[in-house]
Amino acid sequence: MRRLALILAIMQVAVPASAERLVVSLSNHRVAVTSSFVGEDLVLFGTVEPDTARAPLRPPYDLVVTVTGPRETMRTRRKKRVLGVWVNTDTREFVRVPSYLSILSNRPVADIASQDILRRLQLGLDNFLLPQRFGSDLGDSARDDPFRLAFVRLETQQGLYREGSTAVTFLTPTVFRTAIPLPANVPTGNYAIDVKLFANGAQAASANSALEVIKTGVEQYVADAARDRGLLYGLVTALMALLIGWFGSVVFRRD
Amino acid sequence: MQIYLPIADLPVNIFLVLGMGLAVGFISGMFGIGGGFLMTPLLIFIGISPAVAVASVASHIAASSFTGVLSYWRKRALDVALALMLLSAGIVGTAVGVWLFTKLRELDQLDLMIGLSYVTLLTAVGGMMIWESVRAELRTRKGLPATLRRPGSHTWLHGLPFKLRFKRSKIYVSAIPVWAIGFTIGFIGAIMGIGGGFLLVPMLIYFLRVPTATVIGTSMVLTLVTMASATVMHAATNHLVDVILALILMVGGVIGAQFGVRTGQKMRGERLRLLLGLLVFAVGLRFAIELVVSPEDLFSLRHVRTE
Repeated sequence: MRRLALILAIMQVAVPASAERLVVSLSNHRVAVTSSFVGEDLVLFGTVEPDTARAPLRPPYDLVVTVTGPRETMRTRRKKRVLGVWVNTDTREFVRVPSYLSILSNRPVADIASQDILRRLQLGLDNFLLPQRFGSDLGDSARDDPFRLAFVRLETQQGLYREGSTAVTFLTPTVFRTAIPLPANVPTGNYAIDVKLFANGAQAASANSALEVIKTGVEQYVADAARDRGLLYGLVTALMALLIGWFGSVVFRRD
Repeated sequence: MQIYLPIADLPVNIFLVLGMGLAVGFISGMFGIGGGFLMTPLLIFIGISPAVAVASVASHIAASSFTGVLSYWRKRALDVALALMLLSAGIVGTAVGVWLFTKLRELDQLDLMIGLSYVTLLTAVGGMMIWESVRAELRTRKGLPATLRRPGSHTWLHGLPFKLRFKRSKIYVSAIPVWAIGFTIGFIGAIMGIGGGFLLVPMLIYFLRVPTATVIGTSMVLTLVTMASATVMHAATNHLVDVILALILMVGGVIGAQFGVRTGQKMRGERLRLLLGLLVFAVGLRFAIELVVSPEDLFSLRHVRTE
């Protein structure tokens, strides 16, 4: 009897990954940034299904959705007073960090799984890997490093980083939905969506999805031209300035 | 109505920006200046990064000064030879300015540099203008002529070699101060996003004794060419010129300037200079306060590159 219990316990640990299956769907896989873009909420919904016909479902479940935008390198600068004037004295470079990061869950991630698991799976803003450059090395600093805190805080203020600890709603014990908020200043590029399901503090299943944020029309054209053909872009802008200046002098001519 | 700016990467209210263009255009028309020293801080204030603001305002000033140049050209009130001479140095100054701008941005000291230059330049020039016009005001109260300027008087600048004759302005001066002035204006313009008209006009009057008849027209030619080339250089090196933002500003600026000119013509020169001095000084003071007062946030972010 005790042996049977042990076998069951082992199976509980070893099997779970294949006991459930996640099916997710995103309302829109392509977000177009147009001249009137003021931000958009994408809806992600899905269900928890048994992996095989006879596998049992084990609610209540917990869900963590991590959305990461295109990678970029950012510099965090700290001001100090030098001769009475505030000057940027210290800087740290955050290398290849997401330009957008949303971590959405149905309850605070700290309540969902143990710190070890959260750290390993990089769940939550505190546990997400944000590598800094130290000399020629890269490494994530302690969670209470002032530069890391400031970086996360400033990105959060801009609406680019977010931890939504009640953003996921379970409509039934196995059907969930969440809104992925994309602010007006959302960077363009490819976004990865990683959905992880937890049961009793252990990962039960995971699923991936993706979305793309693109500039369209004039915005795309202008941004591309400015980046790829800077000189021509500058000449055209200067010419436009002359044209408008000339137009002004003709329209308002008084002599 | 919100419009998304593709280079500044943020949405702005189109009417707010247009209104700013109109207001600054009005002031620039009234005082015969480009208005960059007002426009750049205003753009920074509504959330546009200082780098994009400086680069985009350059094209806005190019537009409004071209309107001015055309009308002075029709009145034959500009000295082409002197303008070309100033320009040859102005373009070099602009190139050096854009180069330094890029370097300072890499060193994370661009915002500080812009702030410091605004403080020193604007408070000094504004203070001088206020002082001058108050003295002139006091002299008129006593029944004396408003200005003490003696156009015929010579300074040590007239003793320098490489002398050149500028017929339209009726002056005979060394090329050295002309080049120095041109270089300074081009350099300052590229770093601070200002045309430098409010600096150039006094410089031309006090150092080179250029007569009032040709001074504004000539200064506008220099502003036009340095700002047009600053636009091209900023676009080619830093990719920071936002053409949509520039377009809205230009349209507002060109319209506003027309009304400003009419208001300016109704006012006395001394009074006008006092007002401009106060305005310049106030902007400088605002930057000074910002540099000295403890910032709300000691930390700031800068985008290095997209991977």
